[in-house]
Amino acid sequence: MTPQFNRDAPVLEVRSLSKGFTMHHLGAQMAAFDDISFQLRAGEFLLLKGRNGAGKSTLLRALYRSYLPGGGEILFHSSHGVIDLARAADVDVSLLRKTEMGFVTQFLTARPRVSAEALVAEPLRLSGVAQEDALEQARHWLDAFGVKRTLWAAYPTTFSGGEQQKVNLARALILPRRLLLLDEPTASLDASARAALIDRLSELKSRGTAMVGVFHHPGDVAQLIDSEIDLTPDVKSLEERENVVV
Amino acid sequence: MTLTLDAPRFVETKPLLTARNLSKSYGDVQALRDVSATVYPGEVLGIVGESGSGKSTFLRCLNLEETPDAGSYSLDLPDVQGNLFDLDRYGRRMLCATRIGIVYQNPHLGLLMGHSSSGNVAERLLVAGERRFEVLRDKARNALDASEFPLDRMDAPPIELSGGMQQRVQLAKAIALEPALLLLDEPTTGLDVSVQALVLDTLKRLQQERRITMVIVSHDLGVIRTLSDRVMVMRRGAVVEEGLADQVFQDPQHSYTQQLVHAKL
Repeated sequence: MTPQFNRDAPVLEVRSLSKGFTMHHLGAQMAAFDDISFQLRAGEFLLLKGRNGAGKSTLLRALYRSYLPGGGEILFHSSHGVIDLARAADVDVSLLRKTEMGFVTQFLTARPRVSAEALVAEPLRLSGVAQEDALEQARHWLDAFGVKRTLWAAYPTTFSGGEQQKVNLARALILPRRLLLLDEPTASLDASARAALIDRLSELKSRGTAMVGVFHHPGDVAQLIDSEIDLTPDVKSLEERENVVV
Repeated sequence: MTLTLDAPRFVETKPLLTARNLSKSYGDVQALRDVSATVYPGEVLGIVGESGSGKSTFLRCLNLEETPDAGSYSLDLPDVQGNLFDLDRYGRRMLCATRIGIVYQNPHLGLLMGHSSSGNVAERLLVAGERRFEVLRDKARNALDASEFPLDRMDAPPIELSGGMQQRVQLAKAIALEPALLLLDEPTTGLDVSVQALVLDTLKRLQQERRITMVIVSHDLGVIRTLSDRVMVMRRGAVVEEGLADQVFQDPQHSYTQQLVHAKL
């Protein structure tokens, strides 16, 4: 299974997106970002820059709808048609997360009594790939990310942090998706796993996956970057961002 | 800030479960206020809220044990039509026996504690009309096996079993007829944490392998987070918030949900 996504076709159009948090116990509102607009085509890689607290991870989570956007539009060109992720029904977002949009972090959510290979194969199985085929591909990716063969059938709950992270990347990147959101996946990876990650991302990119990423060391992915957005607020908007008591 | 989401556009199946505007009072206490829910085939809906929030009352309505004062409830299944609250006692009993499974927090509510475990599971099949002994025994064995119950103990009565094993017998009984809908009322509350993890894992497995549609009620946010696709938060009989599970837990909108999430250890 090697889906290709039409290169240069629009994947994401973000218009005037904003997000704030209402903290009821403080009676306060805090803006995270405001008036963000950008476009992303198939095979493009957008780097989100900005100092700590500028809202990079918040923006990624808003695109994935783990955070509910406050205003604006996130037009996603999916295989089913164009949909505004800022307003899409929960069940539609669930459906798209299964097959078309992925979120990659550095953390594995291991489950008791689920083996590394089964965990990695799961996204394929949920998208309809037969069990044996999915497991075979899972082993390939565990190998590619440098997880020792003896660990493939073991439970990752007991693995070291580094090994868990490799399992996590294999799982997150096994299924080619139209849109990938990357939240510092290279943090604390060893050199060979980092190289495997860059290889896989380049391959997915050349096949048309669009990516938005936050990287603590953007040098890691320098060759992939097509465009950048700096989320660091200028002084004026900083003043506007000061906590507003409501 | 209240944001209204669009109606589903890409999901092609109809909801399996549609409950509309359920209200129910016990004397002066309003247990349910205008509670509505839709659940799609294969989905897991989690309902959280503290004691007295109405979540268990809502689940008992879905299991047709309670009739609300107002509201409608339908399941999109062949041969099942109309508002299920209009069914008579016999109709309710047959529908629950064949299409709806339930696991209670208290195994005494779901099981005959002195009868054999396999007998408890087979009883469900008997209600549905199966009379052949071999078939009963086989199906009971399969359901117990799928619930990861140790088969060498299948003839032991639940009263002799641990809490975790009792829940597995309830689960086996609930899934023996491959129900369209599985209702779970605090299924792991009161179990040791390690046993709780194993029961949760069994539920997760069953859900993935059989694509069973589930509604799970718990005050334990960890349980809800582990199992649910979507979450509904209830307080004083009303739904105060609903959304994708990760969104409700990471970006709760309502002040009550924020309190709940922040109070979690």
